[in-house]
Amino acid sequence: MEKATVKKQNPFNRLLHSQMMIPLVALVLLLGFNLLMDPTFFKITLGTNSAGNPVLSGNLISALNNGSELAILAIGMTLVTAASGGQDISVGATIAISGSAMLRILCGTESSPSTLAAPIILGFLVAVLVGMLCGLFNGILVATFKIQPMIATLILYTAGRSIAAWINNNQLPIVPGSTFTYFGGFIPGIPIPTPFLIAVLCFIIMALVMKFTNLGLYTQAVGINENAAKLNGLKPAFIKILSFVILGVCVAVAALIKCSRTSTINYSVVAQNIEMDAILAVALGGNSLGGGKFNIWASVVAAYVIQLLTTTLYKFKVSSDALPAYKAVVVILLIVFSAPVVKEKMAEIGKKVRKPAKEVG
Amino acid sequence: MKRKLMAVLCASAMVMGLMGGATIASAEEDVITVGIINNDPNESGYRTANVADFETYFGEDNEYGFETSFFYSLENEEQIQAAEGFIQDEVDYLLISAADTTGWDDVLESAQEMGITVILFDRMLDADEELYAAAVVSDMSEEGVTAVSWMESQELDEYNIIHIQGLMGSDAQVGRTTALDEAVEANDNWNYVVQQTAEWSAETAQEIVQSVIDSGESFNVIYAENDDMAKGAVAALDAAGITHGVDGDVIIMGFDCNEWALEELLAGNWNYDGQCNPFQAETIVEIIEQLEAGEELEEKIIYSVEVGFDATTITQEDVDNYGI
Repeated sequence: MEKATVKKQNPFNRLLHSQMMIPLVALVLLLGFNLLMDPTFFKITLGTNSAGNPVLSGNLISALNNGSELAILAIGMTLVTAASGGQDISVGATIAISGSAMLRILCGTESSPSTLAAPIILGFLVAVLVGMLCGLFNGILVATFKIQPMIATLILYTAGRSIAAWINNNQLPIVPGSTFTYFGGFIPGIPIPTPFLIAVLCFIIMALVMKFTNLGLYTQAVGINENAAKLNGLKPAFIKILSFVILGVCVAVAALIKCSRTSTINYSVVAQNIEMDAILAVALGGNSLGGGKFNIWASVVAAYVIQLLTTTLYKFKVSSDALPAYKAVVVILLIVFSAPVVKEKMAEIGKKVRKPAKEVG
Repeated sequence: MKRKLMAVLCASAMVMGLMGGATIASAEEDVITVGIINNDPNESGYRTANVADFETYFGEDNEYGFETSFFYSLENEEQIQAAEGFIQDEVDYLLISAADTTGWDDVLESAQEMGITVILFDRMLDADEELYAAAVVSDMSEEGVTAVSWMESQELDEYNIIHIQGLMGSDAQVGRTTALDEAVEANDNWNYVVQQTAEWSAETAQEIVQSVIDSGESFNVIYAENDDMAKGAVAALDAAGITHGVDGDVIIMGFDCNEWALEELLAGNWNYDGQCNPFQAETIVEIIEQLEAGEELEEKIIYSVEVGFDATTITQEDVDNYGI
């Protein structure tokens, strides 16, 4: 969102600007559609939850809340895509694994203990470690053994949910107490949903990393031309593995939120198909799926667009049978419009009628 | 390099597949070989209990001398493929709990040609009755009817229902939906506020209920087709400060009778939980023994006995006995 301020300085920034345009246009279109159909969509109210704490509610809040996991995953997925030129399809399964490991620490061997077996921070750290290990595993397969990312991550995609179940001995543990529910709900006294706060924290950390390290430049260099990057003294294998490990951390954060929402985990349905939405966010963000140039923030905005679409469909009570069809139609439209061919055409038209095109961005 | 690795991976996958099949092929003549196709044990608490039940009666070191291969998947196609594999291995009995009710005719026909006895468990299939020897199933429509008649007995002035459905097309979803659909159709004071699938996921159910709350519509019943989704729905209510359960504003209904769900009932946070009996293995063992002895089966389709629990009458004993 703050990208708007750094446009039209040089060709590179103009490119960033144009990449950001697609998800932003999609966002504006979706919001506009809702405004036309039912302005109450934008209503935000301050109420209290059953524990007596203030909470904000409304469709927009729900979209920001429920889109958090996807937005966090989009960060890592964009880096993986840029560095390796492929996608990680195991994130849903690795969410199950690291979530399961976290609950194993928090609940011990009991399936519904009356007190926490370990502090939450310890559980979360273990989840991060497990997520990073999964990322490391994928990363080594991709970078060292040169396996196509989609094939390499297919292993955890297939086996992950069974591993998750195995970690907890096939039990579905329930975390006791209300502290754990804060991460997927509300912290007493703060009316903003915690998942969104966590997501913002992730964005800030990522923005700092991108600003103060060369991660962005190196990732892009490796993604565009591995050999050239190598000749310039970069270690492509390391950069690729690093991107998978960062995605692993994102996975652990998403797992924390997901498990906290219901204080439990269901290995086979938790974060189901979220990998597809995450890849879609990267594509919709205008990033090349073949690696190279990337813009994390475009993916993040795209992630919220995808969530807003779901929220809108729920809001308009699209029937269960028709839901996937509606989603597919919108996704096809968005992807077609963000395709390079169409973008070029639009840029041409944009050149001819300069002003209108600029106003949209 | 890449190609070689792929080849090695593929080859080892195939070898492992062969090894899986080999356990049956090497079975001796006098043991009864069984192939069991079930859904993923992690799908739900219900499935975990169901799988555990079958592993007790058919798994390693069972007292009946069965030599059993298990296959678990939530994908109908994968299940069908596994069934074809079991048929090629010429198992004596093929036990199926299908992910989807359709698409099984061809497999069942080839099983019949090979003289393999097919027994359905847990869920029915859309197939000719001639194609299977017996079925030990939950009567999902009966579960729906029981739940709906319980709703009727609450005698509310108006029923504004949030209906959260399971995975569309599954037997449990169809059965539990039908009864409610009929009741809403028949009664003027029964309305759907929303009818939407959460595909058995608690988080999606939470999102759906949240969306209704955001829209400001009023509702007084949440009919969730399993416990997980009911739990997700309740999380959304709690976040909005809406009371639920006994003495609450919203009636909460779930299915499957997980132990934790029955405890919610006991605590008065929920109102109703419908049982879905996961224990079918014993009945099937009896059927196989009858068939092996050459006896005729009295009934082809056996329905498991299932009850529904009301929060006002449930006891700790019920939780211990029926919780899964």
